[in-house]
Amino acid sequence: MSADLLTDLTVFVLSLLVGFEVISKVPATLHTPLMSGANSIHGIVVVGAMLIAATVHGPLGYVLAFVAMAFAAMNVVGGYLVTDRMLQMFRARPRVAPTADPAAPAGRNGSDPS
Amino acid sequence: MSVFDTVVHLVYLAAAVCFVLGLHEMNSPATARRGNRLSAAGMAVAVATTAVVIIHDGTITATGWAVLLTGGALGAGVGLYAARSVQMTAMPQLVSVFNAVGGGAAALLAVNDLVQSGHVIPRTAVTGALDIIIGGVTFSGSVIAAGKLQGLVPGRPIVFPGARLANPLIAALFTGAAVWLIAQPKSVVPLVLVTVAALAFGVTMVLPIGGADMPVVISLLNAFTGTAVAMAGFVLGNTVLIIAGALVGASGSILTKLMADAMNRSIGNIIIGGFGTGDSAVPVGTAGASVREVAADDVAIQLAYASKVIIVPGYGLAAAQAQHELAGLGELLESRGIEVDYAIHPVAGRMPGHMNVLLAEANVPYPLLKEMDEVNPEFARADVALVVGANDVTNPAARRPGNAVSGMPILDVDRAKSVIVIKRSMGHGYAGVDNELYTDPKTGMFFSDAKKGLAALTAAVKTLVGTS
Repeated sequence: MSADLLTDLTVFVLSLLVGFEVISKVPATLHTPLMSGANSIHGIVVVGAMLIAATVHGPLGYVLAFVAMAFAAMNVVGGYLVTDRMLQMFRARPRVAPTADPAAPAGRNGSDPS
Repeated sequence: MSVFDTVVHLVYLAAAVCFVLGLHEMNSPATARRGNRLSAAGMAVAVATTAVVIIHDGTITATGWAVLLTGGALGAGVGLYAARSVQMTAMPQLVSVFNAVGGGAAALLAVNDLVQSGHVIPRTAVTGALDIIIGGVTFSGSVIAAGKLQGLVPGRPIVFPGARLANPLIAALFTGAAVWLIAQPKSVVPLVLVTVAALAFGVTMVLPIGGADMPVVISLLNAFTGTAVAMAGFVLGNTVLIIAGALVGASGSILTKLMADAMNRSIGNIIIGGFGTGDSAVPVGTAGASVREVAADDVAIQLAYASKVIIVPGYGLAAAQAQHELAGLGELLESRGIEVDYAIHPVAGRMPGHMNVLLAEANVPYPLLKEMDEVNPEFARADVALVVGANDVTNPAARRPGNAVSGMPILDVDRAKSVIVIKRSMGHGYAGVDNELYTDPKTGMFFSDAKKGLAALTAAVKTLVGTS
C-alpha cells in the first residue's frame, strides 16, 4: 500500500468522523435542507469532471466528460439554489405578526434566536 | 511540489473548510442560510481554482473546452430551472435526482479513468471498481426512487418472481466482475459487466421497497452518493473530493439510522423489503370499533376555548396539499391567545424533515415546530391534540409488545385532554394495524379531506368567535 493511498485513507476516515460530529448537531427541523445541502457538497464532483474534460481525447472520452460535466453542474447549481430557497422560508416570526399573542411566554423555545 | 501546486492544494483545503463550517452552521435555522452560502462560496472557489489549473496545465484541447463549457452550461441550466420551479412537496424527488446525477458523474469519472489511462495502477483499479459499483447503484436506484415518489413507478413494493434471488445473484455478478476488472484493468468486458450489474442492482434494490420507506431509501442513497464521490477522489488523487464525499457519506448515514429508528425498522429489513406498502390505506370501515364522530362546529368550540393546542401533521396533510389551510387555522388560534405547537414526528413526510419545510413554506414560524422528544412531555398539558393525516406515529399500541408497531417511537397524542383526528376514512396506515387512538373515548373523529376539513374548521372557529 503506497504512502499516497494511506494519506488519502486517513483523510477519508477523519472527514467521516468530522462529518458525524458536525451533522449529529443538526436539528430534525433542518434535515431536509441538510440533505439537500449535503447533496450540493457532493457536487464537488464537478471538479473531477472538469479535470477529466481537460485530459480526454477521442469521441468516447468526450462523451463521458460531457455527461459527467452536465450531471455534476446540475447537481451543484440546483443543489445550492434549492437549499437556499428552502432555508429562506424558515422564519422565527411570521411575516405578518399576529394581532395579539399575549399567551406566548418568553423563552418558550430555547432555540429561538430572536 | 511547485509553488503553484502548493497554492492549489491550500485553496482546495480552504474550500473543504468552508464545507465543514457550512454544515456546522446548519445547527440552527437562524444561521443555516449563511452556512449554505459559505458552502457555496467554497464550491465556487474550488471550481474557479480548477479552471486555473486546467489553463495552467495547458493540456486541454479546443474540443475539451467546448465539452466542458456546453456540458456545464446545460447541467447548470437544468439545475437552475429545477431548483426554481420545484414544489416543496416534490422536494424528495428532486433530492433523489441530484443523488442520481452526483452518483452517475462519480461513476463516469472512474469509467473514464480506466478507459483513458495508459497504465492503471492497482490502487486506481480497486477504488475505480468501487466507484463504478457504488455510483452505478446510486444512479439507477435514485432514478427509480424519484420515479416512485413522482408516481411514474408504482409506489407499492414491486416483487417479481425470483426477486429474492435476483439481488444476491447480481451482487455476486458485480463482485466477480470487479475482481476481474482489478486483475485486468484495461479490458473492456469486465468494465461493462461491472457497470451493467451495478445499474441492475440499483433497480432491483429499490423496486421492492414501499413508498412509505422512502425517507430511509433516500437517506441511504445519499450516503452512497457521498461514498461514490469519495471513491472518485481516490481514483483522481484529489483530496477535496475525498473530504466532501466523506462528509456527505456521514450525513447520509446518520439520517438513514435516524429514519430507520423512527420507523421501527432495521435498515436490512427495509432493503430486503416487501413490507412498506406505502400509504395505500385499505378502507376497512368501522367494523368492530366504536368511534365517536364529531362535526366541524363541535371541533371549533373545543379549539376556540382551549388554552393549548398541539397540532400533529402527517403525510396525509402533504398529500392533500393542505399545509396552508393548517397554517391559517394555527394562526387564527394563536391570534386568540391560544398556545399552538406543531408536533413533528421524524418520518412525517417523504424525506427526513420534509414536514418542517412544508410548514415553513406555509409561513409557520420555526420555533413552533417541535421535535418528538421536545413535544411529548407537553401533550399532558394540551387541551386539544389535532391530528391531521398522521396515523401509525400516534398509535398507543406501539408502547405494548406483540404488534406491527411495537417499539416504534410515537407522539404521545393520547395523553392530551382531548383528541381530534381529521381523516378521510378509518383506513390503516402503512403498518396495517388498527389505531387504538381512534377508539379512545376522548377522541373525536372528524371524517373529511384534510384541505376541506381544515377550511371548514377555520370558518367554524371564525363564526364562533364573531358571534361570541
